[in-house]
Amino acid sequence: MNVRSILWNGVLKDNPVFVLVLGMCPTLATTTSAINGLSMGLATTVVLSLSNVAISLLASSIPDKVRIPSYIVVIASFVTIVDLLMSAYLNTPGPDGGASLYEQLGIFIPLIVVNCIVLGRAEAFASRNAPLPSLFDGIGIGLGFAASLTLLGSVRELLGNGSVFGISLLPESAHMLLFVLAPGAFIVLGYLMALFNRFLKK
Amino acid sequence: MEYLLIIISAILVSNIVLTQFLGICPFLGVSGKISTALGMGAAVTFVMAIATTVTFLTYDYVLKPLGLDYLQTIAYILIIAALVQMVEIMLKKVSPALYRALGVFLPLITTNCAILGVALLVIQKDFDLLQSVVYAVANALGFALALVIFAGIREQLELADVPAGMRGVPLAMVTAGILAMAFMGFSGIV
Repeated sequence: MNVRSILWNGVLKDNPVFVLVLGMCPTLATTTSAINGLSMGLATTVVLSLSNVAISLLASSIPDKVRIPSYIVVIASFVTIVDLLMSAYLNTPGPDGGASLYEQLGIFIPLIVVNCIVLGRAEAFASRNAPLPSLFDGIGIGLGFAASLTLLGSVRELLGNGSVFGISLLPESAHMLLFVLAPGAFIVLGYLMALFNRFLKK
Repeated sequence: MEYLLIIISAILVSNIVLTQFLGICPFLGVSGKISTALGMGAAVTFVMAIATTVTFLTYDYVLKPLGLDYLQTIAYILIIAALVQMVEIMLKKVSPALYRALGVFLPLITTNCAILGVALLVIQKDFDLLQSVVYAVANALGFALALVIFAGIREQLELADVPAGMRGVPLAMVTAGILAMAFMGFSGIV
């Protein structure tokens, strides 16, 4: 397995959001802007890669019957580490004095624990592969997730606030606030999925 | 009055699925038929009430006094997983009829982020025990309400002729978006 095929697999063929439809809660909730989507995606990537490596190392010594609870404890430990790191380093108020990145992602950081993608890869890949391929699998799938969230966040930010990554592109008269609010998340994701199905799925 | 406000705001104004995006997986997964939606709604209500009570007490009497706040996520997910198993075993023994009705949905609930989400939210919102339980039940009812309405719409949509790319999940997403827009009408009443 080379790096290119792993990335191809994670970003397009097995894209967690558009193809497997996993991890919908953070996908919809944290993509109010491109930067929020990207940060959530990267936080998940870190947890996914580390937990994949740990589970791949531990898998042979965990009895089959208690493997799911054990995997969840491993994942929860890495989520706690990421949560504490983000609260320490990403907790400065935004440029306009608004909520910090950590506050904006809020409850969805601890909820990475119940993201089906992480447990799914642990069970389907890491538990029966060596640590190094598991690491690359985690990075590939994680980047696929991060890319999807960034795309969704960019589209919503562009339509709702007229900007992408905070860079203003559209005049204020073209802003449609709806797309930053809850209904916009469902609608944009629905149409992006339809486009993905139409043009990329073979 | 205070409890009434919690109930109305949890069910209608900030609906757990359509506004807070918790529990989307079962919302998309078991909304094919109204009858399964009702079963799932009942199972979630049951587990969410118990789980929130237990996690709240654990936080207040174990984690906080011992200064172990940082173990919150790990402790909660273990409690919820164990609790769901226990509820399943007890229901099987005590009420086989209820077990048959809820049985298939129970294992799915461990990975329902709405349960862990509400358990974490009541701590964030600084609720006391009674407020937390009321909030949990109201959120579960809001989940059931959204699920049943959505299942009703999807039953009708099954007969519609939609473009190939939109079939399945994309159409469900756009439908959920329109439903969320309808729920936005409630914002501001509390």
